[in-house]
Amino acid sequence: MILASTLTTNLAILVLAGFIGFVVISKVPNTLHTPLMSGTNAIHGIVLLGGLLIVGLSGNSAFNKVILVIAIAFGTINIVGGFLVTDRMLEMFKSKPERRADGESTAKKDEKP
Amino acid sequence: MSAVPLASTFLQSTSFLDVLYIIAFALFIQGLRGLSGPTTAVRGNRIAAVGMTIAVIATLLNRNEGNWGLIVLGIALGAAVGVPAARQVKMTAMPQMVALFNGVGGGAVFLISWSEFRLTDGYTGTATYITIFSLFAAIVGSVSFWGSNIAFGKLQEILPGRPITLGAAQQIVNLLLFILAVAAGVDIAAGSHSELVFIGMLICAALLGNAVVLPIGGADMPVVISMLNAFTGLSAAATGIALDNPALIVAGMIVGASGSILTNLMAVAMNRSIPAIIAGGFGGGGAVEGASGAGEHAGTVRSTTAADAAIQLAYANRVVIVPGYGMAVAQAQHAVRELTKELEKRQVEVSYAIHPVAGRMPGHMNVLLAEADVPYDQLKEMDEANPEFSRTDVSLVIGANDVTNPAAKNTPSSPIYGMPILEVSDSHSVIVIKRSMNPGFAGIENELYYEPKTEMLFGDAKTAVSEITAELAQL
Repeated sequence: MILASTLTTNLAILVLAGFIGFVVISKVPNTLHTPLMSGTNAIHGIVLLGGLLIVGLSGNSAFNKVILVIAIAFGTINIVGGFLVTDRMLEMFKSKPERRADGESTAKKDEKP
Repeated sequence: MSAVPLASTFLQSTSFLDVLYIIAFALFIQGLRGLSGPTTAVRGNRIAAVGMTIAVIATLLNRNEGNWGLIVLGIALGAAVGVPAARQVKMTAMPQMVALFNGVGGGAVFLISWSEFRLTDGYTGTATYITIFSLFAAIVGSVSFWGSNIAFGKLQEILPGRPITLGAAQQIVNLLLFILAVAAGVDIAAGSHSELVFIGMLICAALLGNAVVLPIGGADMPVVISMLNAFTGLSAAATGIALDNPALIVAGMIVGASGSILTNLMAVAMNRSIPAIIAGGFGGGGAVEGASGAGEHAGTVRSTTAADAAIQLAYANRVVIVPGYGMAVAQAQHAVRELTKELEKRQVEVSYAIHPVAGRMPGHMNVLLAEADVPYDQLKEMDEANPEFSRTDVSLVIGANDVTNPAAKNTPSSPIYGMPILEVSDSHSVIVIKRSMNPGFAGIENELYYEPKTEMLFGDAKTAVSEITAELAQL
């Protein structure tokens, strides 16, 4: 029953990861919803690993190789583009301490609006 | 094995790779935690990116020999497309860019399932559960790929933003496509090795992705993108089970779970139920109603000039700025910041009221205003802003429409009835900067514009705001 135990282990990982996803995200201010969506979007680019694993197996036909190169390219776009776009969005939340000459608080102080 | 150097054996040992994967998960989780707070978000995103790099390196160490050329080619192609796209996209086009990046992720998922199918001659000798998860990934990935591309097309205005629907037949067609895709999957899981069936399944799923997103009006698009994001996450997790790869399972499922929560939060903010969004047509029905509504409004619209608006603002004690998508398209955030500075010089108290779904995505306005250096504490979320309107002298609505529409409170027949709004009509007077009297995203008329206390300043948001600032400086 080696297969069955692999399945149960993987299902356990699946369920636990699901709970972590719920817990980590349930307390996010509205402000950060767009960057957060973009950030999680980058993380599912991890499917790239699937492409990398399969392309390494022997017996891929020429057509399969084409599909897999496209899949790897897609995964890379998802990861690289996703993280860069999120970073650009978030760059704007960075505190700029020297910016306020008129004595108002900077974004840094405000954990919660 | 004895020929392999010791270091290489160690690097390729399964337990070492598992440790790298575990480090990667920990970084993903820590990164997401960081993303949930404004001060830690930048670091959080970078931590997650480091986790991703570790996961990719671990996989490259683990994989069997050969085909490095293909890997380099794929990654180089992806980077050549992804990096410039992410660097050059305008802030206003972020939502569709997220849709596009989500779409390619779904594309990768279904292509990987397809190659698995081909490599194993139709899952010959594969455990049934692996086949099922791989097929699930193929269907969901394909739906996500096509759905996201349609969402991109609509937001980029390549496709019309209005709902494109088959009417009453739509639900039947959707259901039929879903059943066909699942039936093809069941056929393969039950032992069919026919690639035609597999391709048929992908095509049904592709058509389903189109059929689900095409009827959805622009107003619901953020929720749809978030939902498709969760779908891609789930399909990645399914790929992970099919390939017995814990990194894929964890990362995919975290995205699936958090994406579902985010989708729900957005739907709640708009007072829309997810099934109603999927049923589609929102904005289509509204447009009809809006057309008849236009005739009903006997009230007149008062238009004003930049000079008058400037005087009104200069003598106010408290001004609330309500930004919307119009501000985003006009890239008016810097002009708005200048106006705020000018008003603050005159001891006018200025704050910004941000509706959770203003713009085309939650947080869209905050991102733009933060870009223009608007202090974070001047941005008020809806619950905080609404009680303040009654002691506000002037509400300056810049390119926001549906989120200020009193019909959501007063007109039970309105398609947006029940959606929480920014109650700008409680303030003493309202100035609306808008390009024309055209209805907004939801395609419905806004009663606010016909109220006696409202004045309209027609024009591009950036030009109009700059004109007001110039007039203020001369006062």
